[in-house]
Amino acid sequence: MSEAILTAEALQRHYEVGGGMFSSPATVRALDGASFALTPGKTLAVVGESGCGKSTLARVVTMIEPPSGGTLAIEGREVGPGGAASDRDLRAMVQIVFQDPYGSLNPRQTIGQTLMEPLKLNRPEVSAEERERRARDMLRMVGLRDEHFDRYPHMFSGGQRQRVAVGRALMLEPKILVLDEPVSALDLSIQSQVLNLLIDLQEKFQLAYLFISHDLSVVRHLADEVMVMYLGRPVEMGPKDDVFAHPRHPYTRALLSATPVADPRHEKNRIKLEGELPSPMNVPPGCPFNPRCWRASETCRESFPPYEGARHRFACYHPIED
Amino acid sequence: MPLLEIRNLSVDFSTTSGSFRAVDGVDITVEPGDLMAIVGESGSGKSVSMLAVMGLLPWTATVTADRMAFNGHDLRGMTPKQRRRIIGRDMSMIFQEPMSSLNPCFTVGFQIKESLKKHTDLDRAGRQRRAIELMQLVGIPAPEKRLTAFPHQLSGGMSQRAMIAMALACEPKLLIADEPTTALDVTIQAQILELLTGLQERTGMALILITHDMGVVAETVNRVQVQYAGQKVEEQEVGALFDDPHHPYTAALLAALPERATERRLPTIPGVVPGQFDRPEGCLFSPRCRFADARCKAVEPVQASREMGLALCHYPLSHGEPTNREKAS
Repeated sequence: MSEAILTAEALQRHYEVGGGMFSSPATVRALDGASFALTPGKTLAVVGESGCGKSTLARVVTMIEPPSGGTLAIEGREVGPGGAASDRDLRAMVQIVFQDPYGSLNPRQTIGQTLMEPLKLNRPEVSAEERERRARDMLRMVGLRDEHFDRYPHMFSGGQRQRVAVGRALMLEPKILVLDEPVSALDLSIQSQVLNLLIDLQEKFQLAYLFISHDLSVVRHLADEVMVMYLGRPVEMGPKDDVFAHPRHPYTRALLSATPVADPRHEKNRIKLEGELPSPMNVPPGCPFNPRCWRASETCRESFPPYEGARHRFACYHPIED
Repeated sequence: MPLLEIRNLSVDFSTTSGSFRAVDGVDITVEPGDLMAIVGESGSGKSVSMLAVMGLLPWTATVTADRMAFNGHDLRGMTPKQRRRIIGRDMSMIFQEPMSSLNPCFTVGFQIKESLKKHTDLDRAGRQRRAIELMQLVGIPAPEKRLTAFPHQLSGGMSQRAMIAMALACEPKLLIADEPTTALDVTIQAQILELLTGLQERTGMALILITHDMGVVAETVNRVQVQYAGQKVEEQEVGALFDDPHHPYTAALLAALPERATERRLPTIPGVVPGQFDRPEGCLFSPRCRFADARCKAVEPVQASREMGLALCHYPLSHGEPTNREKAS
């Protein structure tokens, strides 16, 4: 296994919300103690439902927001409280692709301008001709044609726009790409085109992907490692095959069983989860999953379980044996 | 007699850049107690065709059909007033975004009781009783309390349950669910789908599920209708459709599912769904079809036999191989 390029240790991001004249502010623990590592050429997938902190994780790793606790180090350089603002090289190292290709491109910029902007801002020493040459190369790399260079985003379909968004993220030659639900806004026939592009680019540039998704069939196809999150905390993580074949945490098991399988003969063996996701404002004490868990006991309501296991880690007092 | 029978339904929208055909000659037949899905990508006309049946399209739309009958009533020449006696009572619909389809100004209870008031002769106390009963039916805890809640006080899953309660208020014969779980998380999606199929079984109503998710289709329904660019391209029982798709579009769509992938690179469908200005001649799928030849690009295909899944194709597939080639040459 090659050296990790990004390591996160007990990463936290808390927000203070509310707090008017008479009420004290509440703390939202959007991300509460995530530890993981990214390796060049490999994909770590983060899965979970809404409110589990996966998008917060993306923002912290991209250094859009500083972590409020824990450490984040990229190529051995620790990200300080100032985030990437004090270290421009770090910013170029991590780039992000957002979910909605309709919202993430500036409608008043041509595709060419969109692609050239990162260079203009971060590499002022690159000449205008060189900038344009690199942008045109990138256009071809992501599967678009030269004549698209002067067109505007509204002239493209969703899949093509997502290609542009991927191209823009790669302009600064990053080593880490954060993909925040990159295909969930796309139709099935377009989704596979974009996934193939991502696979090709990863092989070509040995990129480390942090792939955030709620679609387990996409994750199963693309990921090397999987991290399952619930209400801000990773509850299980490990190599993809281990997690999918032998889930140890009850939540992972329930999530897998709830995901529809596109095979009418597939035997439904669904674990019915009672109740809804609690609000991240009001996380239950102990293991956050305990109110919905069928294996929960008194201990689960008191404290968060320690992580067990080596490569395949999970946090549960009553893990599923198989 | 089928519950819902539609022949050759077309919907045209007049836009500033000319007329646009969103639904093109679609047939739909639903028997009482049917459990079927309409599957397609965006722009396939799956929602528009159902909105046309409900009479919920804006004035820019022109609906034409050779036959459009629900439970023996012809829906075509109906006045809005006559139609309102059917929709909401015998035929109702739930939508994709529960948060935006409930009225934020009124309590959930008011909105459920509104349709009871319109369509039944229950008195005030009777409506209250029925509303509580409905809330229990869809699995909302503490129904008396929740009836006085406003939509913003409910979560996404709870709002969708309230929508279902509203749609079921008058025991409809047909329920149309338009992407009912797309906006929800998977564990909540599983709860809602289970609720819908359970209700369908218990009440014997017919259910049309509109979706783009092949996983949901495989686990939920009995019969599937596939639409592409406004046309119905195939119809089959769910098991047969997944085993042996007859239209190249269905076959390509199934092959593109990540869970069916055998290699790291997924099989793709080149190109995009045709829009208003780039509708091809002949078969609408021909520019993206790997089996297409000159005939496909020039001549509009006709429906194949029922054994071939009514595939709208010159050379419907059988076990992945095109048939009828010899006849053509």
